[in-house]
Amino acid sequence: MMEWLGQFNYYVFAILMTAGVYIAMSRGNLVKKVVGLNIFQASVFLLYISSGKIWGGTAPILGDGLTQPISNPLPHVLILTAIVVGVATTSIGLALIVRIKEAYGTVEEDEIAEAEALYEEELIRAEEAEA
Amino acid sequence: MSTAANAGFSLMANLPALQVVVPMVAAPICTFLRFRNGPWAFALLVSAATFWISANLLMQVLGGDVISYEMGGWAPPFGIEYRVDTINAFVLLIVSGVSLIALPYALRSVEREVPRDKHHLFYAAWLLCLCGMLGITITGDAFNIFVFLEISSLSTYMLLASGRDPRALTAAFQYLVLGTLGATFILIGVGLLYIMTGTLNIADLAERLGPVSDTTSVRAAAAFLTVGIALKFALFPAHFWLPNGYAYSPSAVGVFLSATATKVSIYVLLRFQFTVFGDIPAFAELDFATLLLPFAVVAFLVGSTVAIFQTDLKRLLAWSSIAQIGYMVAGIGLGGIDGLTAGIVHLFNHAVTKAALFMAAGAIFLRVGSMHIDKLAGIGKTMPFTTLAFVLAGLSLIGVPTTVGFISKWYLILAALQHGATGYAIAALVLASSLLAVIYVWRVVEVAYFREPATNHEVTEAPLSMLLPLWALTIGCFYFGLETGYSVDIARAAAQSLLGVTP
Repeated sequence: MMEWLGQFNYYVFAILMTAGVYIAMSRGNLVKKVVGLNIFQASVFLLYISSGKIWGGTAPILGDGLTQPISNPLPHVLILTAIVVGVATTSIGLALIVRIKEAYGTVEEDEIAEAEALYEEELIRAEEAEA
Repeated sequence: MSTAANAGFSLMANLPALQVVVPMVAAPICTFLRFRNGPWAFALLVSAATFWISANLLMQVLGGDVISYEMGGWAPPFGIEYRVDTINAFVLLIVSGVSLIALPYALRSVEREVPRDKHHLFYAAWLLCLCGMLGITITGDAFNIFVFLEISSLSTYMLLASGRDPRALTAAFQYLVLGTLGATFILIGVGLLYIMTGTLNIADLAERLGPVSDTTSVRAAAAFLTVGIALKFALFPAHFWLPNGYAYSPSAVGVFLSATATKVSIYVLLRFQFTVFGDIPAFAELDFATLLLPFAVVAFLVGSTVAIFQTDLKRLLAWSSIAQIGYMVAGIGLGGIDGLTAGIVHLFNHAVTKAALFMAAGAIFLRVGSMHIDKLAGIGKTMPFTTLAFVLAGLSLIGVPTTVGFISKWYLILAALQHGATGYAIAALVLASSLLAVIYVWRVVEVAYFREPATNHEVTEAPLSMLLPLWALTIGCFYFGLETGYSVDIARAAAQSLLGVTP
């Protein structure tokens, strides 16, 4: 029982990861896809941060007389970078969605496919009219 | 460079860092150069500098030496190490070389296809993409690979979406979703390895993995890494963003990315597969590159078949790229010195061939204004030099002897024949796929040479700034097909160093 509790974070990581991937792959709405990606990335943040935790560990501060075990700060620093990457990905994803909405007037995947087919037909028609 | 004058700073000793830092620092500077052709000229200059650096690095490691550079003076395994050996020096040269040769070409393509007020951002994204790919290749730190991977991916999404065609936007978004999934899988894999070994340095990882290698965590890490990397190089069935992405983005982007982006991801696969997991007995039987082999075979069969039915020239080339990625992974999956040599030499050969083909397609697009194959009637007469280059590079794509494509397929089939019955089947499928390539290249030849040009549409030869890089690469297709001393020998040395075999 205690072992299960000790691995609680990792179970949450697995559930969030699966949910995130599922949302990103299955939803037709592009904004929801980005939300799914965010959940997926957040789950990995949890994985890294959990791995640095030591029971009874304290903040990693050096000094005389400080003998308590310390948590590993490196995963936390690493994941700071990954969080920045996640923010950048989200912003580019949302920027692309804005431009897709401007071009096709929708953010639903199947409607975009229809609009794209229409666009291609129009292109062909325009080229034929030119010829 | 002003710092070069400072005491204690040696330019040559800091080449590994400069390889990445030069384009990284140049990218933000590029955004300030808003006068006509300024960003382009600056990017070209920076690209020439990075090419010079990678040529120097390759010269230094060709003897079998390994350059280990301590970033910021922090010694590995705690600091970030940049590690240059034969294989990544070779990939560095491909990436910076393609950028250098694609930029002169990009001038006219970008003028036509990217809005004028976005040029400085376009070239800044180009430099960032270059920086990311060079960083992935040169770094000896597993987490650093993820960071540079994201730098190059984020700028790739920008480059793909920088044109006027709205279809590129959806392709860029699809790539964003898949690319982020792939990169985050890599991040999970690296995290699990870190949890198990407490190190991120690739050389150190390889040493410390031994005692813990037979655990679920390490196997899961290997699986996450393999799937993540395969997503990044668009291995079938994760390829669906690629055709529209390459076809509807500005022509120069297609040239640059088709010749570099997937190659760098394949290098990452090689690095993890052989340097990290290479010496571990637990992985000797369940080798992840071998697991990718069936996907690779399906990739080149499906890629070549679908390419035949394309009506858009650039989409045809993009589908053929999916097939070519299949050849590279097949080489790696077959393994052994010959298989790895085939995979690695095809990185180079396909970069030269496909860059030439995309350049020809882009030049045609500039003049004809359409990529529909039916619109290309008679371009053999109106654009003789471009079309001839396309046909010659197409021969290399098919794998006709005396071209680079032949060299790759020769080694691939050699490697396949060492694997008994399955090997014979794979060799036969490679030949079949090459025949399919004959069909799709012929479709273009037929339209270009045997149909009369449309009379109402005046088409002239492509500008010199496009023809020169195009012909340089086309001649390269033949030069490196006859003079295999450079590419094959370097690839073989790289394969030997990955497998840990002394020549």
